Amino acid sequence: MTSTAANETYFISGARLLGDAPADLLIADGVVAAIGADAAADPRATEAVKIEANDQILLPGMVDLHTHLREPGREDAETVETGTQAAALGGFTAVHAMANSNPVADTAGVVEQVWSLGRRSGWVDVRPVGAVTIGLAGERLSELGAMAESRAGVRVFSDDGICVSDPVLMRRALEYVKAFDGVVAQHAQEPRLTEGAQMNEGDVSAVLGLPGWPAVAEESIIARDVLLAEHVGSRLHVCHVSTAGSVDIIRWAKSRGIDVTAEVTPHHLLLTDEKVRTYNPVYKVNPPLRREQDVMALREALADGTIDIIGTDHAPHPTEAKECEWAQAAMGMTGLETALSVVQHTMIETGLMGWKDFARVTSTTPARIGRVVDQGRPIAVGEPANVTLVDPSARWIVEPTEMATMGRNSPFSGLELPGKVTATFFHGTATVLDGALHHRRIAQDNA
Amino acid sequence: MKHLLSTYDLSRADALRILDVTEEMAAVGTREVKKLPALRGRTVATLFFEDSTRTRISFEAAAKRLSADVINFAAKGSSVSKGESLKDTAQTLEAIGAEAVVIRHGASGAADRLAQTDWISAAVVNAGDGTHEHPTQALLDAFTLRQHWARVHGVDPTGTDLSGMNVVIVGDVLHSRVARSNLWLLNTLGAHVTFVAPPTLLPVGIGNWPCTISYDLDEALATGPDAVMMLRVQAERMNAAYFPSTAEYSRRWGFDDARLSALDERGLEDTIILHPGPMNRGLEISAGAADSPRAVVLQQVSNGVAVRMAVLYLLLSGDH
Repeated sequence: MTSTAANETYFISGARLLGDAPADLLIADGVVAAIGADAAADPRATEAVKIEANDQILLPGMVDLHTHLREPGREDAETVETGTQAAALGGFTAVHAMANSNPVADTAGVVEQVWSLGRRSGWVDVRPVGAVTIGLAGERLSELGAMAESRAGVRVFSDDGICVSDPVLMRRALEYVKAFDGVVAQHAQEPRLTEGAQMNEGDVSAVLGLPGWPAVAEESIIARDVLLAEHVGSRLHVCHVSTAGSVDIIRWAKSRGIDVTAEVTPHHLLLTDEKVRTYNPVYKVNPPLRREQDVMALREALADGTIDIIGTDHAPHPTEAKECEWAQAAMGMTGLETALSVVQHTMIETGLMGWKDFARVTSTTPARIGRVVDQGRPIAVGEPANVTLVDPSARWIVEPTEMATMGRNSPFSGLELPGKVTATFFHGTATVLDGALHHRRIAQDNA
Repeated sequence: MKHLLSTYDLSRADALRILDVTEEMAAVGTREVKKLPALRGRTVATLFFEDSTRTRISFEAAAKRLSADVINFAAKGSSVSKGESLKDTAQTLEAIGAEAVVIRHGASGAADRLAQTDWISAAVVNAGDGTHEHPTQALLDAFTLRQHWARVHGVDPTGTDLSGMNVVIVGDVLHSRVARSNLWLLNTLGAHVTFVAPPTLLPVGIGNWPCTISYDLDEALATGPDAVMMLRVQAERMNAAYFPSTAEYSRRWGFDDARLSALDERGLEDTIILHPGPMNRGLEISAGAADSPRAVVLQQVSNGVAVRMAVLYLLLSGDH
């Protein structure tokens, strides 16, 4: 059901908060109204919609710092409506919409448009990312301040997909965003070292005859940027880290006290460049799938906190952009609806982290990096009810045609994965119930 | 074999089978009537997204000698230039009746895509894809090498492999589909391969390949190779600074007259020179070397038709 509805009252019985012992929870008026015995005793519980959690796990709503919603401009690939439906089904309550739309989100007008579309959709909080440079051209800074001060309140700036490779421009961006506590999220890719690159450079690319994207092209930019961030005393966020060498540099930077955060995608935690041997463009992504030893280093880094968060880099494409030769295919994979399952599979089932860590890397920390004040909060009385209920024992087979996203380019198609989002609450509204879309949230003001 | 996409996973038995059938097909080429009825009523499409006159006409000649009908499709000036996709083009050809599609494409993996998707059910023959593979070129090279190796040893080539043979392959290995296909196939057939190239024209990860690597052509020639295969230098590579100048490349990695004489001086009278063509005379190979009795370039071209006859015959005759 996707009808609109006002906030309701929900009584969730026997949910394991962050994986702890089962407890009851009452959601009313958009907030967590009561927990434990108080929830059952609350008079509102009687009339509330009852949800038997049966030991399912209640988590803070997931926050994605790296989503491509494609609107405006590429509504054939995704719209804010379909992308945010996918997000809700994946357990998210907030997503950051990347700036490489058409027109590029490099003005207050465009970011407000995206923000407004998000509020109208009502499935999750849509936080626009502002472009660092005008038109992503890497030549002149966008009006970062205007975007920060707009109703969209932009705090994350990125030319994602295109590296801000000019060191002077990168320095200026890092310095400038300090004025409004912003962060520059860098797509680390040295452009000259990756001209024509099609996949990870290594044993597999050598055999396949596909131009290689060397690890050093990512690592050299990260090394430069952490030093720039240190020099100007600013916040740097590294998008979709993909190599073991990058992890080493970030670990060194953090040990030095540099204010750097980093993300890893679910697909880089699971897939290697061996997949490319099929020449199936569904595995074509930027940064490319790397080697097994890189995957292991990324998992370890996420577990020990060197890598701070999961970022989906959800990148839907129309079918024809992938149903072609490898070289002609678009780069990118969908990821919103599979993120939780892939992270459970690669990090929790392997014993590398528990559900509290999961909440940290998928909610608390990304909300902090993006300065999203009402997301990534503790599950406590009085807090905004942005929460997600997960059945960790469920197993499901990924079928892209059954997903809400318009993109069919999931690299996990046909794969059996653990964990299923059964309910998502966005400011107290159940956007997802019984694993299906339920209500959209109506914005509470006329903004 | 349902398709011929690469030599990377071609078994020794399949490779020998193709080479042995090639012997029979080569014999047809010496007859007055160079034609067999084997594929009468069958249709072969050549689907060329890249210009390549010699490979296309070689396949066309092969198909016609087997009495197949041939549809030639060149991307230039076709619906492809109007934006038609590989999928639609291939499906159109199959709808017209093509049972085998011979594809040449600038993108590595294009033949694999046709074969591994459900777009078409026709047999797919890779006639060169990007910088990946060119399996029929490797097969014709192996056939040429086997003919030579058998003659040197005074045996019938049928059923034999290339055990003990030393082959030096020189030039732009990084971008060469010929080099890749040859390495895998020659290795499967028991030959030892040495790649000689500037370090910039060798792929990262080549250390794990079953071959010897050298940056020094004279050093490699001093080992007394049985065959030297020169690769074409692609002029467009110059812009990417893979080597400082054509003059320096020619001095260090070109098969010039001095190196030709050195073979004579070392008593290597049985060493042959191969080149997949087209040759850049004066750059990777001198005119003297190209025209010397050691050069088997035209024999390679002739053998190419026989190899392609064998491949089409094996794929379409039901003898899988």
